[in-house]
Amino acid sequence: MRIVTPPVRTEPEIDADRGLQMYSQMLQIRAFEEKVNELYTRAIMPGLAHLYIGQEAVAVGICQALRRDDYITSTHRGHGHCLAKGAKPDLMFAELLGKQSGYCAGRGGSMHIADPETGNLGANAIVAGSAGIATGAAFSAKSRGTDQVSVCFFGEGALGQGVLYEVMNLAQLWKLPAIYVCENNLYNEYTHYSETTAGEILARPAAFGMLADRVDGQNVRAVFAAATRFVESARQGKGPGFLLCDTYRYRGHHVGDINRTFYRSKQEEQDWMTQRDPITRLGDWLCRLGFAVPAELEDVRARAYANIEEAIQFALDAPYPDASDVRRHVYA
Amino acid sequence: MSTPETAGRELTFAEAIREALAEEMRRDANVVILGEDVAEAGTPFKVLSGLVEEFGTARVIDTPISEAGFTGLAVGAAMTGMRPIVDIMFGDFLTLTMDQMVNQAAKVHYMSGGHLKVPMVLRTTLGATRRSAAQHSQSLHAWLSHIPGLKVVLPSTPYDAKGLLKSAIRDDNPVAFFEDKMMYKLSGPVPAEEYTIPLGVADIKRAGTDVTIVATSSMVQTALGAARLLEEIGVSAEVVDPRTTSPLDRDTIVESVKKTSRAIVVDEGYEQYGVTAEIAAVIAEGAFYYLDAPVRRLGAMDVPIPFSPPLEDVTVPTERTVFDVARTLCGRA
Repeated sequence: MRIVTPPVRTEPEIDADRGLQMYSQMLQIRAFEEKVNELYTRAIMPGLAHLYIGQEAVAVGICQALRRDDYITSTHRGHGHCLAKGAKPDLMFAELLGKQSGYCAGRGGSMHIADPETGNLGANAIVAGSAGIATGAAFSAKSRGTDQVSVCFFGEGALGQGVLYEVMNLAQLWKLPAIYVCENNLYNEYTHYSETTAGEILARPAAFGMLADRVDGQNVRAVFAAATRFVESARQGKGPGFLLCDTYRYRGHHVGDINRTFYRSKQEEQDWMTQRDPITRLGDWLCRLGFAVPAELEDVRARAYANIEEAIQFALDAPYPDASDVRRHVYA
Repeated sequence: MSTPETAGRELTFAEAIREALAEEMRRDANVVILGEDVAEAGTPFKVLSGLVEEFGTARVIDTPISEAGFTGLAVGAAMTGMRPIVDIMFGDFLTLTMDQMVNQAAKVHYMSGGHLKVPMVLRTTLGATRRSAAQHSQSLHAWLSHIPGLKVVLPSTPYDAKGLLKSAIRDDNPVAFFEDKMMYKLSGPVPAEEYTIPLGVADIKRAGTDVTIVATSSMVQTALGAARLLEEIGVSAEVVDPRTTSPLDRDTIVESVKKTSRAIVVDEGYEQYGVTAEIAAVIAEGAFYYLDAPVRRLGAMDVPIPFSPPLEDVTVPTERTVFDVARTLCGRA
C-alpha cells in the first residue's frame, strides 16, 4: 500500500458556482478520457493515448485559478490540462482521430494538442520537454510587461531531467511568473518514483529558494487554494513557485497498459479509486454544504457524457487532411 | 555576382554582425539577446561589445552556463511574442541544445497545425585551426540542416553576414546562424544603407567556366583563394556560395555545374553524412548528364579535431588542397 498522506491544509472557501463548475469540468475530463479509451479499444483511434483519469482535480484546480490569457504547457498525459484550460472536446477528438478540423490540423495528435486561444502552448511528448517553453512564456510575459503567468504541468518522471532544473534556476534568478506543477502519480511509466527519485522532492525547489508547497491532488479545493496563492504571488512579480500534487492515475501508463500487476497491486488501485476519488469527494462536499443535491449532480454528469457523445460524432464525421498537403506548416 | 554599392565603407565580419543586431534591436523592441557573457563581456570574441550599453541588461541578458535552459526559454519566449536571439558561444555546445532545437523549436509550428510559431535565432560559431581541440572546433551545421522546420545560415563575408542576420531575425521560423570564428576580423564592404539578403538564395561569388566550387562559410574565402591560384594556370573557377544550407538554393548550384561540367564541394563540417554529401547528391540528381568528371568533396577530416598544430592543420580544406583537387579534375595535374 503506497498511499501518501499529505499534510492537512486549510480548505478554501469556494462558492456553489465555482464548486459546480469544477465538478462539471472534472466529469467532462473523465467522460472524455473514457471515450478515448473506447476509441482505442475499438481501433477507431490511430496510435495510442495516455489517460488522465484519476488526476482530474489537478488540472481543474490549477486552471480554475488562471485567466484565459495565462499560459500552460502540458505533457503526453495532457487531455485534462487542455480541457481544463478551455479547449473544446469536439476539436480535441478531431485531433485525436487525425482530422483536418482538429486543433493541430491532424499534425499533432494526442500528445501535441495546442490551443493558443486559451493560452495552451501545447502538450509535449518529451518528458520535461515543455519546461523551457513554459519558462520562456513567463520570461516573455515579464519582458512585455503583461501580468500573465505561465504554468508548466509535468509528472514526477520529469524530475529526472536536467533541463527542468536549468529553467527553475533561470526562473528564480529572474523572478519569472512561472509555476511548476509536479503531478506525482507515483509511477514513472512502470517504475515507482521511489526507485528513481533521491531525497525529498520539495528539497529541490527549496534549493533554489523557490516558493514550494505540497497538496492533496485528489482534493480539487485544496489544489485551487494553493494555485490561487501561487498565481497571485507570481502575478505580483514575486517570482515562481513549485507545487507538488499527490495524485494517482487509475489506468495504465497508456491505453494499452492493461496488465499492471507487475508494477502495482489491484488493491492499491482500488483504494485510490474508492477512497480518494476527486469527483466523488467534491460531490459529497457540495451536497454536505447544501450547494447541490444528488439529483443535480446526476444532471451534471448526464450533460457531461452527452456533450462527449456530440463531440465525438463531430470528429467521426470530419474529413481527414489531404495527403497532398503534408508539407504545409513545416515553415511559417 | 553581387557587389554592393558601398562608397568605400568597410566593416569586419564581427562589426557587421553587431551592426545587424543593433539595427534590428532598434527596429523591434521584442528582439532580445540571451547567452553566456553577452552583456558587459560582449562574448569572448567581443562580437557584442557595446550592445548592452545601448540596450541595457533587460535586452542583452547574461545567462548562467545553461545552454539547454536558455535555449528552451527562448523557444517559449518566441512562441509568445518575443524575437529572442540566443548566443551559443561554441558550436560544439549545440549538443546541449539539441532537444530544444530539434524536438521543440523545429516542430512547434508543424505540430500545432500552423497555429504557433517560433521566431528565434540561434547564433553560434564553427571552424577549426584555432588550436582549441576537439570540443571547441567543430562545424556541426549539418546536424541542424538535417531537421525540417529549421533554417540554417552560413555567411561568408561581412556584407552577407549583416544582410542575412537581419533576415534571420525577421524570419518567423527558428534560424541557426553559424559564424566562423576565424572570420571575425575579416574586413569587407558593407553599405551604410539598410539592406537585407533573403534566406535561400545562393550567391555566385566569382564567375568562371571550367569548374564549379560550391563552398560555405569561411570555405568560400578558401575557394576564392584557390580560384586565384587556378587562374594562374589557366583554369577558370566559378565559386558558388549557397549562403543557407536550409533552405538550399539547388537551382543556382545545378545551373552552375551544367555550365562548367565539373564540381567540387567544400565545407568545414565532417565529410561523412555532411553538407558536402548533400550538395554532391543535389548535383548528381540535377546535372548528372552534364558532368565530365565525378563530383569531388572536401570537408573536415573524419577525426575528432586534434590539438597539435601539425595534426589540426591537415584536417581542414585549404586553398592548396582545393587547388590540387580542381587542377586534377580539370586534367591539368
